[in-house]
Amino acid sequence: MLFQPAIIALLLASGTGLALLAAAAPFAWELIRRWDIASGSERQLRLERRTYLMSTLLTLVFASQLLALLLFVFNADRMAVMFVGAMCAVGALNVDPFGFPALASQIAVFFLAAIWLVINHVDSRASDYPLVRVKYALLLAILPVVALTFTLQLEYFLNLRADVITSCCGSLFSSEARSLGGDAAALPARPAMVLFYGTLAAAVATALVHVRSGRAAWLVAGSAAAAFVAALAGIVSFVSLYVYEHPHHHCPFCILKPDYDYQGYWLYLPLFTAAAAGLAVGALRPFAGIPSLAGILPAISRRLAWFAAGGFTACAAVATFMVLRSRLILIGG
Amino acid sequence: MPAWLTRQQALIDFTLASLARRKLKNLGLLLVYTLIVFLLASVMLFGHALRREAAAVLKDSPEVIIQRMVAGRHDLIPPGYLDRLGHIRGVQSQQGRLWGYYYDPVVKANYTVMVPGPDAASPVATGRVVVGAAMARARGLAPGNLISLRAYSGRLFSFTVADVLDHDSELVSADLVLMTEADFRAFFEITAGHYTDIVLSVANPQEVRNVAAKISAALPDSRPILRDEVLRTYESVFNWREGIVLVLLAGALLAFAIFAWEKASGLSAEEKREIGILKAIGWETGDVLKMKFWEGALVSLTAFLLGYVAAYLHVFHFASALFEPVLKGWAVLYPRFELTPAVDGLQVATLFFFTVFPYTVATTVPIWRAAITDPDAAMRG
Repeated sequence: MLFQPAIIALLLASGTGLALLAAAAPFAWELIRRWDIASGSERQLRLERRTYLMSTLLTLVFASQLLALLLFVFNADRMAVMFVGAMCAVGALNVDPFGFPALASQIAVFFLAAIWLVINHVDSRASDYPLVRVKYALLLAILPVVALTFTLQLEYFLNLRADVITSCCGSLFSSEARSLGGDAAALPARPAMVLFYGTLAAAVATALVHVRSGRAAWLVAGSAAAAFVAALAGIVSFVSLYVYEHPHHHCPFCILKPDYDYQGYWLYLPLFTAAAAGLAVGALRPFAGIPSLAGILPAISRRLAWFAAGGFTACAAVATFMVLRSRLILIGG
Repeated sequence: MPAWLTRQQALIDFTLASLARRKLKNLGLLLVYTLIVFLLASVMLFGHALRREAAAVLKDSPEVIIQRMVAGRHDLIPPGYLDRLGHIRGVQSQQGRLWGYYYDPVVKANYTVMVPGPDAASPVATGRVVVGAAMARARGLAPGNLISLRAYSGRLFSFTVADVLDHDSELVSADLVLMTEADFRAFFEITAGHYTDIVLSVANPQEVRNVAAKISAALPDSRPILRDEVLRTYESVFNWREGIVLVLLAGALLAFAIFAWEKASGLSAEEKREIGILKAIGWETGDVLKMKFWEGALVSLTAFLLGYVAAYLHVFHFASALFEPVLKGWAVLYPRFELTPAVDGLQVATLFFFTVFPYTVATTVPIWRAAITDPDAAMRG
């Protein structure tokens, strides 16, 4: 089922991205080995000039990967019509065993790309490119993930055949299912709420501590990761129930549908932004000791922490609003 | 932040002035870019509108249609089948339908002749017919006119046109002729008790497949067709057609990327001198890249907006004259219909990936090459 506009666009984006990254890899390798900012040799000059091209191209590729995640989910949701029994993205992703792995690896690329973009930004602000080796080493590390994502997506889209009966979200996210999604759904509403608000509050608090004192960067990253997982679990186990006003409908994808006014995007966009910002705070922490970054890194790190705090707060606020507006009574009476 | 904003503002200002200095070259690029967006956006808007139209039309169609197959061909439903269907749980109503095709040698076109259901909005009287708008146009009919049709048996039948169907429903009723059951049976010589097919309405959408399974068990020579299946097929077919057209347009897209690359790398002596001067007065390579980035962004945005608006007008006001034959298919009595305007987020995002992304990738290398030139080399030309 390759001849679908959105599928062609996705494959075009990830194929071009992969090609550019692969083309950049030999340069990255050369740069890691030969980079010497103190040298005035011709090679160094060439390398320095070439980094401009590379960072522009890579920024483009990674920025497109951020958008591609959105397009992937949006497209999966839209494709559901073409499969018997599929009602939303879950059904469409389940048609083929490569569907969910493709989504997971696209999410991994999203976070890696975000971290790379932040490191690139910090590096370009300093006068002596202190992170240039780190940046290109990270690029070499990201390359296999991007290749994997491309392969998984290609496999997924190639194997899609309209009309295969798939389990719809009702069966996957019902409490009996033994998959990861099923486990999250089996979490009773009250502990899920405690976990959701608790970890989000902890993430916001550590981010604010970092904004004030510049400390606890690792904690910010750790709590952001925890909050990301807890928020997803919370969305599956209680937020979605309130949105659908149905005590057994746990699907985290149906809230993205027009039937529910695309409400899910209000939850996921701040959540993903906040998690990426929080992780980036941690990713920057090892470079805090570099002298040329002393005046730059703390300010950027604090701004990222602000983003994380703001995003998590927004996510919690949107979830609370959804719960309060709903006519479903799940707890007490 | 304000300092950063002011800086970008100054860069945009400068870029706009620099673009305006080379009007002809940039207008050429803008034109080609707009044309590419226009082509792709037209295909996508048209495909999307057709899918919506199909979904809207099928929304009120029956959940299950049962046809009888004889030797793999569609055949009439013999008497007794309706009763044998009996009472399948979940079926709200079952009803035999009568419809068929009639070839009219006068206009060299097929009509769809049909008996309206018992709950139809405008019942027809014996000896009278209600006709679709396209057919009325083709035969020059108005209410009150007489129309003579020679049946397949050779007998001549005359009907009075009671009414012409509304233009709003033309997409589905262009070639329709509605007549009473008695007229239909006489015209096509179908004996009482036979039907073309049977329609079932099922209240619970989750029961539809079970009902279909029970029907196949009760009447093994029948073929149940589900509304969802029809919808799904339309969705796939239109998506597929849209995808094929886009792939065909990939050649154009590639040509455009090469064109953009050429445009960006073929810097005039004047532009080179400009970059040289900028670098001599203290601009860094990064600044030149930023300026060029804004140039690309401004051109892309303008082309995207112009192209999309033009495509919107093309599809929804000028009936997509360019793509009609490919995407719509054709027929002698083709319905004239206006598509309901619809803009879709997925579509805009997809289009963005198809146009702005290749353009940006194609122009990056030449721009970088221009930006790293040494000031003295650039100024000397």
